[in-house]
Parts: sequence; C-alpha cells; structure tokens
Amino acid sequence: MRTFLPIAAVLGVLAVVPLVVHSNVTLNFLVVALMIALVGQGWNILGGYGGQYSFGHAAFFGTGAYVTAILQVWYGVNAWFGFAAGIAAGAALGGALGALVFRAGLRGSYFALVTLAFAEVLRIIASVAPVTGAGVGTLIKLELGIWTFQFQSRAAFYWIILALVGLSLVIARLIERSRFGAWLIAVRENEDAARALGVDASAVKSVAMVISAAITAAAGCFYAQYFLFVDSGIAYGTWISVEALLTPIIGGVGTVFGPLLGALVVKTLGEGAKLVAGDAPGLDLIIYGAVLVLVIWIMPRGLIGGLTHVRKMLARREATVVPAGKARHG
Amino acid sequence: MLSPAILIPAILNGLLIGAIYALVALGLTLIYGVLHIINFAHGALLSAAMFAAFFAFRLLGLDPYVAVFLLAPAFFALGYALQRFIIGPASHGDDRNMLLVTLGIAIVIENALLYAFRADTRTIDVPYAFQTIDFGFTFLAVPRVVGFIAVFGVALALWVIMAFTDTGRAIRAVAREKLGAQLIGIDVAHIYAVTFGLGTACVAIAACLLIPTYYVNPRVGDAFVLVAFTIVVLGGMGSVPGALVGALLVGVAESLSGLFLGESLGQIGIFLIFIVVLLVRPSGLFGARA
Amino acid sequence: MAEPLLAVDKVTCRFGGLLAVNAASLAAQAGQITALIGPNGAGKTTLFSIISGFVMANQGTVHFAGQDVTGEPPHRLARRGIARTFQIVQPFYGLSVRENILVGSHLRHRKRDAALSAADQVGRDVGLGEMLDKPADALTVAGRKRLELARALATEPKVLLLDEVLAGLNPSEIRDIVPVIRDFCRRGITILMIEHVMQAVMSLAAHVFVLAEGRIIAEGTPSKIVADPLVVEAYLGRGAATKLGAQHGR
Repeated sequence: MRTFLPIAAVLGVLAVVPLVVHSNVTLNFLVVALMIALVGQGWNILGGYGGQYSFGHAAFFGTGAYVTAILQVWYGVNAWFGFAAGIAAGAALGGALGALVFRAGLRGSYFALVTLAFAEVLRIIASVAPVTGAGVGTLIKLELGIWTFQFQSRAAFYWIILALVGLSLVIARLIERSRFGAWLIAVRENEDAARALGVDASAVKSVAMVISAAITAAAGCFYAQYFLFVDSGIAYGTWISVEALLTPIIGGVGTVFGPLLGALVVKTLGEGAKLVAGDAPGLDLIIYGAVLVLVIWIMPRGLIGGLTHVRKMLARREATVVPAGKARHG
Repeated sequence: MLSPAILIPAILNGLLIGAIYALVALGLTLIYGVLHIINFAHGALLSAAMFAAFFAFRLLGLDPYVAVFLLAPAFFALGYALQRFIIGPASHGDDRNMLLVTLGIAIVIENALLYAFRADTRTIDVPYAFQTIDFGFTFLAVPRVVGFIAVFGVALALWVIMAFTDTGRAIRAVAREKLGAQLIGIDVAHIYAVTFGLGTACVAIAACLLIPTYYVNPRVGDAFVLVAFTIVVLGGMGSVPGALVGALLVGVAESLSGLFLGESLGQIGIFLIFIVVLLVRPSGLFGARA
Repeated sequence: MAEPLLAVDKVTCRFGGLLAVNAASLAAQAGQITALIGPNGAGKTTLFSIISGFVMANQGTVHFAGQDVTGEPPHRLARRGIARTFQIVQPFYGLSVRENILVGSHLRHRKRDAALSAADQVGRDVGLGEMLDKPADALTVAGRKRLELARALATEPKVLLLDEVLAGLNPSEIRDIVPVIRDFCRRGITILMIEHVMQAVMSLAAHVFVLAEGRIIAEGTPSKIVADPLVVEAYLGRGAATKLGAQHGR
C-alpha cells in the first residue's frame, strides 16, 4: 500500500484544484493537459517501459474517439457504454497490431515506421468513409446530463479525466512492481538476453501494446465527449502521435509520473508561446520540436531522470564526507 | 479502359513520376545505408527545398532548372550542418534517439514553414510547364521528361562519387564497417555529415524538378516521403539499385491505380504495400537480411 | 552409460553457402561438466545458439531429458531448464545488479518478494553480495561475467551453457571463478562449456568434445584429448599439448 502514497498525494492535490480555481479558461487548459497526460501514460507503457517507440499512437486515440462517437450518433448507444466500447476497440486494435508486428519481429525504426503507416491508413479511411462523416466529421448531439456523459460544469469533466489519469498511474506502478514489468523492462534493455532468461518477448510486447492502446483509447473517448466533435485530422492526425511521445520523453520515459509532468510542461510551453507570439499556426509545434531535440540532447531521461540524477549526485557527495570519529572504524 | 492508347501513357507517366520518387528515395536509402537510421526529417527538408525553389523563382527570377545549381550545394551544406552539429551530438550514438531527433527537426522545419508562409498552396508559372514533346505514339510533358533524364544524371554522378573519389570510398567503408573505418583513421562524424548532406542535396534537386508542375505548401514533402519510405523498404534499405527499381515500380503502380481507383484510395494502396512489405519481407527486394 | 541429459545428434547448419556446423553430435551427462573446445570460427557459438534456440538447424536434433526440443524458442527452453550465457556479456545496463538477477529468478518465482530473495541468494553465491545495489555498468569485466552467470543460474536450470565465461579474465580472476562453477556442478547443475583456457578445461571437465571447421573431430577425457594427434594438429599445438599432458599426468 505504501508504494501508492506518492500517487495518492499527487491525486489529492490535483483533485482540490477545481474547488479553488474557478476560471473556465484555466480549467479547460488543465482538462486538456490531463487528457494529453493520459495519452502519454498509454504511450509510456509500450515506449517507456517496453522500449518500443510508436510513432502512430493516434491510431488508438482516434479509434477510441470514433467508436464512442459513432456508437452514439448512428446506433443510439448510451454514452458510457460507448466509452467502454471505445476502450475495448482500442485494446483490440492494439492486440491485433501487436500480434502482426511483433510476430514479424519488427523493432526499432521499422516498428516506428509501421505504426506511423497504420495511423495514416486509418486517417485516410476516416477521411473518406461515410460512417465517420468523411471530410465533415462526426458531431455528437449536445444533450447535457450524466446519462449522456455531458456535463454543464468543467469541474465534472476535470474530475473524470483526473480519475482516469489516476488509474493509469496506478497501472504503471503495478506494472513496475510485477513480474510482467520486470520482463518488459528486460526486453527494453536487451531483448536477446531476456529471451535467454525465459522471457517470451513477443508476448510481453503484445500485452504491453494492448494496455498501452487501451489507455490511449480512453483519452480518445474522453476527447469525443468533451469536445463533441471528431474528424480524421483530430482523431488520427500526427499532432496526437507527436504529443503521445513528447510528454513521456520530456517528463521521463519509463517512470510513473513522467507523462503527467511532461504534459503539464508541454501544454504550459504551448500556452506561453501563444501569449508571446499570438495565435499563429505552427508556433507551438515548433517549440515542441525544439524541446524534443533539446531534451534528448541534454536530458535523455527527461525531467524526472534529471532530478533523480541530481539527487544521486548529492547523495554521493554526502557519502564521501566522513565524520572525523568514524574514519578509524572503516 | 484497357486500351493501349490509355495504358501506355499511364505507364510512361508512372515511370516519369517514379524517377522523381527515385531521387527522394535515393537520398533516404543513402542515409540509411551509411548511418543506419531512418531520416524522419527528409520530408520536411523536401518541403523546405520546394519553398526555396519557389522563392528563387519569385524573388530572384531564377528558373528552377538554373536554381538547382544554387540550391543543391546550399542544401548539401544545410544537411551537413544538421548532422554534424545537431543530430550527431544530440543522439549520443543511440539509434532510438536519432529517430526522435530527426522527428523533432522535422516538426521544427515543417512548422516553421507553416508559421512563416501559412498553409496556402502556391505554384509557379514557367512557360514550359505544360508543353509536351511528341514521341510519336504519345505526348509526354516536358518537365517530366527533363526530370527523368536529370535523375539518371544524378544517379550516375553519385555512382562516380562512390566509386572513384576518396570520400566515396570512405563512405562505403563506413557503411560496411564503422569500427574498422574509425581504426584506419576515417573521420566518421565527417563522413556521416557528408552522407546526410548528399541525401539532402538529392532532395533539393528533386524539389527543383518538381516545382514547375507541382504545388508548394508546408506539408507537401510528407506525401512524397511516405512514398519514398515505401520504396526504400521495398527496394531494400541501403540499396541504391533497389531504390531506383522500386521507385519505377511504385510510380507505375500509382499511375495505374490512380487510373482505376481514384486519388485518395491510391494513397492507401501505397501504405498497404508498405505495411505488407514490412511484415513479410522487411529486407526488401535487394536488401541484405537484417 | 546412462542416457545423457542433453543430446545433440548430427546437427547441421548452413548460412548461405557457408557450412557453419557439419553433422556435429555431442552429449552432456547429468551432473557433469562437459567442455567444447576448438579453434576460433569452428562453429562452437553457433552450436550453442542452436541448442539454446536462437538459431535453427538445417538438420539434426537436440534432445533434452529424453524429449525432442529441436527448434523450440529460447524462452521455452529456459523454462524447461536450459540456460545460457553469452560470449560478449549482455547485462541490462540500465538496471542494478539485483534487478538484473531478478529477471532470471522471476522465471521460477512469480511474486516479487520471493524472486528478490532468490536473486539476492544467487548474487551472494557467485560473489556479488556487496554489489547487489550497484548499477550493472559499474561492474568490472570479471564482475559482469559473474553477473552473466548469476542471471542464468537464477533461472534454476538443469543444464547451463557457458560460452567462454573465462575470456577476458586475468589468471587470479580465473582462479576465483573456477570454484564457483565447480560448486554449482556439485549442486547438480549439468554444465556444457565452450572454453579456450585449456588449464580450466583440464581441471573442470569430465568429458571434452573438439569442434573444428564445423565437425567434431575428437571426444573423450581431457587427458585423452590432449594426447590425440588430430586435436594437437587442429588446435592445441605440440608445445601446449605436451605441457598440459605433463601437468595432468598422462
């Protein structure tokens, strides 16, 4: 139980925010940031812990968003069921992709490319298929109420996305402390050595992909409910694939809080850019790209990795300062 | 629909388009063959080069076929500097990091273009853009024919460089055995940068060949580069003949499927080929088994 | 003679035009140390890779405890009880020594606590007790070899394939690690080792196989091998053979 204290503490602090902050603009900013954090948490399971860098996580985000939206709009399915179905669809897609790709032994650049291609194929299909509304997109009818998963107050959405993020933090921590997690990290560090120690690398990677896809799909479902509009560019666009990998890398790959921290930093930078230079398209992404390069260059383990490094250095400094009396007994 | 009068020009046009694809793919496969990374910045660099060609025409009055002699060296230098001073140092030698760094650079370049020039599509107007040459059994557009010839010229020039110059030999040594090359005194960082520069120069040349008939916007490079990725994987990563053959095949395939299936589905066709090749035979037609 | 625990029967492996292993057969008796020696490039590591499932043989079979395990993937063989170390050590550099061994012990212990104490025990057994918390990349070459050994041992194997575990160690480091290997054999683990350090082979191995150019050219006790003219010609050289023969009382 003690291992979940940090998570509980962070969630506790974040949960109080809507009680103190009443500005809709700020709340909206935080909701979007938390949603991006959730996307990043998903990517982090496969990329951070598993070392498989996907460049097409939009495939799962978009599938979650579209399944939720389409089930409601075309089949009158209840929004909450739609949400669950969206997550299931994302997980299923992750499983199918994982089976195909890892069975074929794809790693590294090839894996990145194939995930990119999948996301693009889905985007093109979504941009022409009638069920997704083709170029026009899909609009969910505004109908406030708990049953339809549409809330008057931003705070309600905030707490829901916070709960989802909290769940993803717990999942990450559970994985870290489990046999599956030890195997997944081993595969990341050295796949052949792991296999020689009894790890079924393909299976482990596939499971990681399913979990990763489910979490990211949940973020997509949330997007659909929050913005009530989905189109191919939003659902499967490169922007979301980029943010999926950017937030864990900046915050710290393979850590529990990395994506959350990274999302807050990235979104703050984005808002900051808009304040300074106005609403011109592309400016925030320029900053994201530059930050990505800088982080890899200077702090490859992200912010959390950097902090851990500093902490270790300080600990080492302390250890070498031996108090006068003790030296004799050494 | 299947009459020779329609099929043959479609195939020939496919070959001509394929030649331009080949040039883009050549740059990519060269970089992969030597640095062993997929250069995700390739598309953004193509977009940048097309903007450069556009402004060379609009502001300096330079015809693209003249501007190429200015832009190719300029982009060689840009590519060299990018690899030498940013990508190399930032990656700390890790392939996974190199992927991310080139992605980051792609994002920066593409969005800088977006920020500076907006998303509007622009074109240039040159007198020969719509002229055609009469080959007897069919008419072919001048820019495409020029492009086809130019690509073979570039391929030949690259071959000469690789086979007969010291730098070319050094590049081939590094591609085959980096550690050994280092041990005999080859400056690997320099060779990496030269290779990257050559790949970027290919892209600049492709841009000048495309601009007479193609439009320009910040995302134009992406479409070409995804096709180029497919070609490189199909032909075999790092294989120059593979890139050439693959490009011609893909060009023809795209032309024919455009004929039968229409624009947007044609795009999917390319991706699906890409995915299938990656899953079934990632080493490609000419590539060595990874 | 009892049924061997590990039996490799006429295994052949071809890479393109190159015949890496040519109808090679060997056997490891339970509870013994068997050595595989031979010149560089003879195909020893390839044979290990075939036995441990990393490479597919074109022909031939591998039997373990009487069962045909030819072509099974590495992880399944590890579960059966065949573990291997790599010639070029492959530690999980980003993890601590304990976390490295943990990956191995998790094969037999699902729960983290049980796996951790098992890992600690193995770490102490190979002499890494002081280093358990340190990062793997802080170890010396000798330390990394012990780590490689510890990881494999943590999977509680019945057969342990050691690929040049003594390579790169100085004589005192070798003197320190040989008893560790002998100790694990005494505990019941069957060992098949590729080695170039002939002194170690002579003192450890009960039975030796010699591989040259992909073929087994001789087998027998260490003293018999050292006297075999074919082996002397192909690998040992006359000076070394005489010295070894004298030291180990032919």
